[in-house]
Amino acid sequence: MSLEYLGVKEVNGSLMVVEGMKTASFEEIVKITLENGEVRTGKIIQMDDQVAVIQVFESTQGISGKNVRTGLTGSVLKLPLSREILGRTFDGVGRPIDGLGEVRAEQAWDVNGAPINPIARQYPRNFIQTGISAIDGLTTLIRGQKLPVFSGNGLPHDRLAVQIANQAQISGKGNISFATVDEAVARAGQDDFAIVFAAMGVKNDVADFFRRSFEESGVLQKVVMFLNLANDPVIERIVTPRCALTAAEYLAFEHDMHVLVILTDMTSYCEALREISSSKGEIPSRKGFPGYMYSDLAMLYERAGMISGKKGSITQIPILTMPNDDITHPIPDLTGYITEGQVVLDRSLHQKGIYPPILVLPSLSRLMKDGIGEGYTRKDHGGVANQLFAAYAHVQEVKALASVIGEEELSPLDKQYMIFGKQFEERFVAQKFDENRLIDFTLDLGWELLSVLPKDELTRVDEELLNSYYQDKVYEKYAQNAKVR
Amino acid sequence: MKEQAIISGINGPVIKASGASGLQMLEMVQVGNSKLIGEVIGISEKFCTIQVYEETSGLKIGEPVYSTGSPLSLVLGPGIIGEVFDGIQRPLETLKAEFGNFLGRGIETFNLDKNKEWQVEVIVTVGQMLTGGQIYATVQETDLVTHKIMLHPYKSGKVVEIVKQPSYKVLDTVIKIENEFGDIENLNLVQYWPVRDPRPFQIRQSLEKPLITGQRIIDTFFPIAKGGAAAVPGGFGTGKTMTQHQLAKWSDADIIVYIGCGERGNEITEVLEDFPKLIDPKSGKPLMQRTVLIANTSNMPVAAREASIYTGITIAEYYRDMGYHVAIMADSTSRWAEALREISGRLEEMPAEEGFPSYLPSRLSQFYERAGYVTGLAGEEGSVSIIGAVSPQGGDFSEPVTQNTKRFIRCFWALDRALAYARHYPAIQWLESYSEYTPDLEKWFESQVDPEFYANRKEAMALLQEENNLMEIVKLIGADVLPENQKLILEITKLIRLGFLQQNAFHDVDTFVPLVKQFKMLETILYLYQKARQLVGFNVPVSRLRQTGIFDEVVKMRYTIDNTSTKPFDELKDKIDNFYREVANSYKGFERMEIE
Repeated sequence: MSLEYLGVKEVNGSLMVVEGMKTASFEEIVKITLENGEVRTGKIIQMDDQVAVIQVFESTQGISGKNVRTGLTGSVLKLPLSREILGRTFDGVGRPIDGLGEVRAEQAWDVNGAPINPIARQYPRNFIQTGISAIDGLTTLIRGQKLPVFSGNGLPHDRLAVQIANQAQISGKGNISFATVDEAVARAGQDDFAIVFAAMGVKNDVADFFRRSFEESGVLQKVVMFLNLANDPVIERIVTPRCALTAAEYLAFEHDMHVLVILTDMTSYCEALREISSSKGEIPSRKGFPGYMYSDLAMLYERAGMISGKKGSITQIPILTMPNDDITHPIPDLTGYITEGQVVLDRSLHQKGIYPPILVLPSLSRLMKDGIGEGYTRKDHGGVANQLFAAYAHVQEVKALASVIGEEELSPLDKQYMIFGKQFEERFVAQKFDENRLIDFTLDLGWELLSVLPKDELTRVDEELLNSYYQDKVYEKYAQNAKVR
Repeated sequence: MKEQAIISGINGPVIKASGASGLQMLEMVQVGNSKLIGEVIGISEKFCTIQVYEETSGLKIGEPVYSTGSPLSLVLGPGIIGEVFDGIQRPLETLKAEFGNFLGRGIETFNLDKNKEWQVEVIVTVGQMLTGGQIYATVQETDLVTHKIMLHPYKSGKVVEIVKQPSYKVLDTVIKIENEFGDIENLNLVQYWPVRDPRPFQIRQSLEKPLITGQRIIDTFFPIAKGGAAAVPGGFGTGKTMTQHQLAKWSDADIIVYIGCGERGNEITEVLEDFPKLIDPKSGKPLMQRTVLIANTSNMPVAAREASIYTGITIAEYYRDMGYHVAIMADSTSRWAEALREISGRLEEMPAEEGFPSYLPSRLSQFYERAGYVTGLAGEEGSVSIIGAVSPQGGDFSEPVTQNTKRFIRCFWALDRALAYARHYPAIQWLESYSEYTPDLEKWFESQVDPEFYANRKEAMALLQEENNLMEIVKLIGADVLPENQKLILEITKLIRLGFLQQNAFHDVDTFVPLVKQFKMLETILYLYQKARQLVGFNVPVSRLRQTGIFDEVVKMRYTIDNTSTKPFDELKDKIDNFYREVANSYKGFERMEIE
């Protein structure tokens, strides 16, 4: 490090302004040495011919106008990478915090990454069995997809993420679940997987819960953790998901691994973005969030996917807590526009004691249509899912009606819908934390529930399928009940 | 190329260059040592402001800015169709060859395939006078598209030589002309056109022909004219992209320009995988042979996203001038507006509503006004129809982009979250949507499809409106208490919703429905309504009608009757007649018995 610049012109929040940095380049990383010898890191985020504006990662506390030396590092922020990162824990900007020393790096990658050329992408089609009926059946997760969990404070999104991570990656003896049998045979035990976990502004015990859960299921050696906890510097939070995704890209595209990335909590990330934006004096758009938040989030979420000719894949499960459970808040809203669907958790289901409290109607998987059906899951999958959605949507109308005129006054058909709705929530949506359902089980259960309804109500399914899967016995049983009551 | 200015300030994609007095407004420049592509968007006494179409990290103060002397322009010529470009018309294949799977920056590339050999047929003779826009040669670009090589609109002259070659590359001279100043100009297969300028034409025509999409709710209820502009607004997950894809696949335009503007990378991949496999129903050739893709996904540089809309519309106008009907799908214009907002914010301009710049409405109107049905300079009739997706924040249509878009389009297909949740696709809400083209197209539909087309449409629409009113009551007290004739309306509108408005994009037969079948389907439903209404008039309860199963049979006609023949509709009609007789007889008998 040759040249250092003495003094600071201005400090504002996490930003400091240094004069005369002629040779600096945009977005370069700088080292800031304080009077007491402490070294901090910063990034140049704006410059003109007089001054450079530097965003200080740790904090600006103790920085004075004099006696602070700023030196250029000559490069943008890079993450040292090698296979050794598996099983390691890093802080929000990629420094090891597990006491095991520095990573012996093979390569160092720019954490900002670069956009994947759209024509180099491979369209994701492989079904991942998560063992959760509401997801597998209705919002199917596809390898290479970005499927966020929209949750609220106090809802069990962490447990759900852990369950997905455990069951999606390791079914049986450490194998990955595959859609087709021959693929599973061909690759049984051969394919490598990894989990990259990035915590942004979550509490220490939440991070610890993930850690323990991974440990219990014996995958800790396959997990890379990046932790920026609630009491860590806010500015580092901007870099945390970028580090995590850089690590994921490295593992997926250099080492052919199937990587599952869990990002929690995106709300904290966006709030950090807002904090920096406002200290830069930028013009805010909705709710004070910066106008470029869509582009910024897209830079993260679009780093999921598959590349044709490469074996590895990156599947993203970002978790965000909707402020005030409001799905139209800018954070879930912009996220929903970028990601390929969403899994929405609901407070009232949670209060009814249903785990996982997945609200299926607003939940969606955009890649589902190409990853299900014959050759992937089962021929009837699309029809069942469609019919379950339609029927459950009707249940909501019936419920609204029942709340006005009372359940007793409903027509016999609507009563059957009420039974269906109840059964659907209690048997299809609800399951145990460690319950790993096969896709066939999920679909059969779907048929059993649909059979509560009369056959001619099921207009969304092909007649042929309807005839082969519809269970008359179930119908008779419930039709009797409905009449009797 | 001489050095013009040096960088004196950097803020994201916006840079300032000082000593730049020679740069023009909207000139294309090359920024820094790595020669990133940029465009001048502001000039002041001391410096000019440049937006850069590539990532700016690593740039240094004091690096040079090179002038190119011309505005950001497209290269228009054979080889556009079937290609995938980024927002400033760089072929993604070339970028992939250069940088691999991830996008790099700072590449100087020619926008078309320079080395491809084309068979050219020259259609002018030596001595002939050519005026701007006149066609002087044709090239078979794909099986579906004959590319007509036109003289640049602002040039003219006398043909002095035709260069004979067995085949030509795009930059080979084809003819030479002598212009009015006596200079000889070599003309090849391409022309350059500034991306922000609308291409000139002779005269605008009135819009009288529909763009047939094969989507029932659109064609029958809310048709768009060739040369018209439509907007598809909807919150996330309501199926904007799906609707756009369906239109790109099945509408009867000659050329489709699909702009993936700030949307997902995988959606572009999906189009790339799907379209070559899909066969155009008219010609039997793969759809890719009439499609141009512009892909500037959400994680690609934001300034290029702003340009991508103009790139798309300019290409569309170029093919329009050849006499083609072009449909342009912009997915999504909200992302484009956000790019405007982002750049505006970096320029520290005074924001108007929700941080959007105050020139948002004028930019939107400039874009949508480039749609139209025109006679081009070469005398060919062509059209550009624009279908823009809008992604309102929070699904709330009162936000500025939706509201301002509504002012400049005449066809509004509102996507509804409740319908999407119930998996009713396309989730176009029939009460909220409208098409102002409906009266203009009446003549066409009545002469080309059926004189009753509009009458049926009107009746069905009235029923749906009535259903909405009845549902207010049903929500409060349930359907059982309604009188039988109103119950019948609910039953019939359910039939219209399930059997007509809903359309399955993944079903081979249902994905595209010709107008004749659309008409027959609606006619059948209304015929059933007429018959059933008579029965209800005889005091037959609706539940008795439902038992006959005729309703289910009619719902299924969208799957069971294929698109080629109308005969099964006559059979279906016979069935309805039988149903009528059967019920009427049994019921009359029953009634008589009771009376006796």
